[in-house]
Amino acid sequence: MHTSSTLVLVLAVFAASLVEMVEALTIVVAAGVSRGWRSALEGAVAAAAVLGVLVLAVGVPLIRYVPIDALRVVVGALLLVLGLSWLRKAILRASGHKDLHDEDKIYADTVAELSSDHDGTPAKPDKGRDGVGFAVAFKGVFLEGMEVVLIVISLGAAQNRLGLAALAAGAAVVLVGIVGLLMARQLSEVPENTIKTLVGVMLTSFGVFWVGEGAGVKWPGSDLAIPVLAGFFVVVYFAMTAFMRAKLPAPTVQVEGVTS
Amino acid sequence: MIAAVRKGIIAFGHFWWDFLIGDTPELALATGVIIGVAFLLAGSRWAGAIILPGLATVFLLLSVLRGRRRAPGG
Repeated sequence: MHTSSTLVLVLAVFAASLVEMVEALTIVVAAGVSRGWRSALEGAVAAAAVLGVLVLAVGVPLIRYVPIDALRVVVGALLLVLGLSWLRKAILRASGHKDLHDEDKIYADTVAELSSDHDGTPAKPDKGRDGVGFAVAFKGVFLEGMEVVLIVISLGAAQNRLGLAALAAGAAVVLVGIVGLLMARQLSEVPENTIKTLVGVMLTSFGVFWVGEGAGVKWPGSDLAIPVLAGFFVVVYFAMTAFMRAKLPAPTVQVEGVTS
Repeated sequence: MIAAVRKGIIAFGHFWWDFLIGDTPELALATGVIIGVAFLLAGSRWAGAIILPGLATVFLLLSVLRGRRRAPGG
């Protein structure tokens, strides 16, 4: 396995985890502020632990018992679906055809939703345990983390580098945790669409490569084809975004005298 | 117990349906086509290296065009 493909693997897993964990952190911070920090943090840690067990329980048997070519085709298919989907969203967002992901809005909505109980009375966050805060934080981290788990298992298993992939994801979780503690609510500062574009490019590149490799295509340059594919899809991203902006611009929407 | 298992299986199925198909079935179709073509190109070098990323690009463009905002009535 070449250093270049290992580097792309680490970058892809790290960036994907970074984006998903920023989204999870938004929900955890909102749950912490509105329902109490203890329950929110316990929910987040419990979800992270379940996700870690999933990586071990699914990833290790995959590497040991599934033939590598079959594994690469299946993994490549998963990465292709995921990568093309991220790249599609990134192009639509960059060309104005889809709204940017707004962490501030998600934060405000979640706090508003959690700040009152179902009967309309305001919640009283205290130092004790709060079931709602725990459940919301758990669900936020678990659902956002599932995509990371799939990427870690897919990339890690296909290259027989599950430990390295899990380490890269863990590093992103720690980084987001530290930055989250320092910045708390400034999550909208993270250039999410740029990172998502990067991840979309890398997942699509790995997807095309592993599907071809597993089916028996002999890539020129072997693993060195991965960074070449990544470069190709970067060009595709910019070309499609420019095409959409120039030829098919998003229609302006008139809302009470304001154009957007 | 049986109801809980059934609920879990349905939720699991929904997760994979949303994940693989969701609102972009054309991308799932693209993946299937790319896999099929990859097997047809088994053993090739440059043909596979050109056709597979090319197919991914074509399907991506079609999906982007399908997902664009249109003017009302347009």
